[in-house]
Amino acid sequence: MSNATLPDTQGKRPSSLRGATLPKWFPWAVAAGSIVLGLGISAAAGLESDIQWGLIAAVLFVLGSYGIAAKVEGRRQAKDRVATSLVWVAFILAVLPLASLIWETVKRGVKVLDGYFLTHSMGIVGDTEPGGGIYHAILGTLEQVGLATLIAVPIGVLTAIYLVEYGRGRLAKAVTFFVDVMTGIPSIVAGLFVLSLWIITLGMGYSGFAGSMALTILMLPVVVRSTEEMLKLVPNELREASLALGVPKWRTILKVVLPTSIGGITTGVMLAVARIAGETAPVLLLVWVTPLINANPFSDPQASLPVYIYLQYANSGGEGAAYDRAWAAALVLILFIMILNMAARGLARWKAPKTGR
Amino acid sequence: MDISTQNTAAPPVTDQPSDAQQKRAARGATRPGDRIFLGLSRGSGIFLLVIMAAIAVFLTYRAAIAIGKDEANFFTTFEWNPTGTPPEFGIAVLAFGTVVSSIIAMAIAVPVSVGIALFITHYAPRRIGGVIAYVVDLLAAVPSIVYGLWGVLFLVPQLDGLYGWLDDYLGWTGVFSWQGGAPRSLFTVGILLAIMILPIITNVSREVFRQVPQMHEEAALALGATRWEVIRMAVLPFGRSGIISASMLGLGRALGETMAVAMVLSPLFDIQASLLDYGGGTFAQNIASKFNEATEMGRDALIASGLVLFVITLLVNGAARMIIARRKEYSGANA
Repeated sequence: MSNATLPDTQGKRPSSLRGATLPKWFPWAVAAGSIVLGLGISAAAGLESDIQWGLIAAVLFVLGSYGIAAKVEGRRQAKDRVATSLVWVAFILAVLPLASLIWETVKRGVKVLDGYFLTHSMGIVGDTEPGGGIYHAILGTLEQVGLATLIAVPIGVLTAIYLVEYGRGRLAKAVTFFVDVMTGIPSIVAGLFVLSLWIITLGMGYSGFAGSMALTILMLPVVVRSTEEMLKLVPNELREASLALGVPKWRTILKVVLPTSIGGITTGVMLAVARIAGETAPVLLLVWVTPLINANPFSDPQASLPVYIYLQYANSGGEGAAYDRAWAAALVLILFIMILNMAARGLARWKAPKTGR
Repeated sequence: MDISTQNTAAPPVTDQPSDAQQKRAARGATRPGDRIFLGLSRGSGIFLLVIMAAIAVFLTYRAAIAIGKDEANFFTTFEWNPTGTPPEFGIAVLAFGTVVSSIIAMAIAVPVSVGIALFITHYAPRRIGGVIAYVVDLLAAVPSIVYGLWGVLFLVPQLDGLYGWLDDYLGWTGVFSWQGGAPRSLFTVGILLAIMILPIITNVSREVFRQVPQMHEEAALALGATRWEVIRMAVLPFGRSGIISASMLGLGRALGETMAVAMVLSPLFDIQASLLDYGGGTFAQNIASKFNEATEMGRDALIASGLVLFVITLLVNGAARMIIARRKEYSGANA
């Protein structure tokens, strides 16, 4: 700014209209200084955990930027600097564990992850022995999630169609409200419900299908909400044009409204699938556990990836082999979910309705 | 806007058609195909309501059986022994553990999430902000079992030092005293829950901060406000209800979180003053870890505790939805 108006005074004397400002590298210098100090203090005091010097450095960083800035720039600017450094600290505080989660899973997961691991079950492998694989778990997860999707998608899409295309009265309001309520049901409660209805009251056994029912309950509200949003984005002119040509309403919905929004609906469904694929609690309650391959989801316990991870941890007796399998299975699960998520988001961007925001 | 009025002779002039008109509009479908399709879609909606009703009815029914046999007070007993003679169990410890761990999680997660949301919307360079937002979106999808595995095998060993530290400097408060067990107490659970609900709170608050009118911020800047003052005067007041509802959604998640807690927590059916010592459990964790060896009576007792959890999460989520609905234009929560 001063360049434009007072080119010759640049650098010679401070403009009288501006207060003193710290150089641009100031926050970085303070950050570096506080990290060094934090490391120094923790080394001097013999603290062994990374978390401790990190916290010390964070506190030093915030205090340091406030102190120096208050001296040089004044209180208001100093407060601004503190806010900035707090925001940065919050960001780093949050990124570290999340990054570490991904890093640890990948690092420890790739150890046993190979073709053998993906194509064998745990049938003859003891909990603490090395070997074995997750074939039975992948099969179970795919079947349970697939069944849940088969049930939840038609019902969810139809419900959304009802809400957007037909619903005006009290029933629609009630459905909207309870879809919201359903979104918040903890997965374990959905599991307990199917347990009390299907297994205790009706006397059915543990099976993949019982798990699918609980997953359906968790999936339904997600499908309804996302489909609803997508149907609302379909321009009314399309519907009006179709109706004006004398096309019945149901054909208008099937041939005009749904094809227009199919991209968004698919995205919503994929996100919902990604969400339920990692559900552990209801599957543990309803599908039970087995180390064997069971391809029939309608009778007898099945395995599933999340439960497999849990079992490898819980029954490991602290053995490395079981932990390795748990991490590898976790990596497979995360990969599956992430790929679904990214595909869904890519599809959403690619197929977004033209009137989108 | 109102499609179904296309079928009526005269479209209503008011924004909100009367009941009779609505009914006529909905019934305007006279072709068999239309009637079948309307029936199907309405049926799906009704089916959804039936599921909700069934959940409430069946949980209450089994819970009533269990509580009827309970010889102790269901709400104040510090014990979980549904198969004993006489069966005695209560949710006091579970309620304590659930509330405490959720409070710790919220105390950590809310300020940090708001910080990240601000970072994405107001501090980071635009392109980096977009990337971070995308990554946070993805992280919201990491299943809880993976958080649990990471928590117990990676986070817990890291926390020894922090626990000792808290004990050294804050042990005198009684809340942070530590007897030296492995750090698998409610405090660790709170930290892990905080990490797990960070993404969802961040996502919702980010959406809210995005919607702050540019004019407000520019006006504040024009008056000479620093960036922090802009945030304090323009962004935060606008986003307050959004932050509250985002936190409530996060709280709903934290309350119902099962597997991660079950893996990390070393449960003890007792209440301790210190957060760092063993003591307490949570509703969901108790169900998951006791279910294996539960008899029929035991299962009913667990269902009873599940019902309590259900009611609590309903209340929390309902409150969040009410806040969102009151200021609908800020809602970023359509997940």
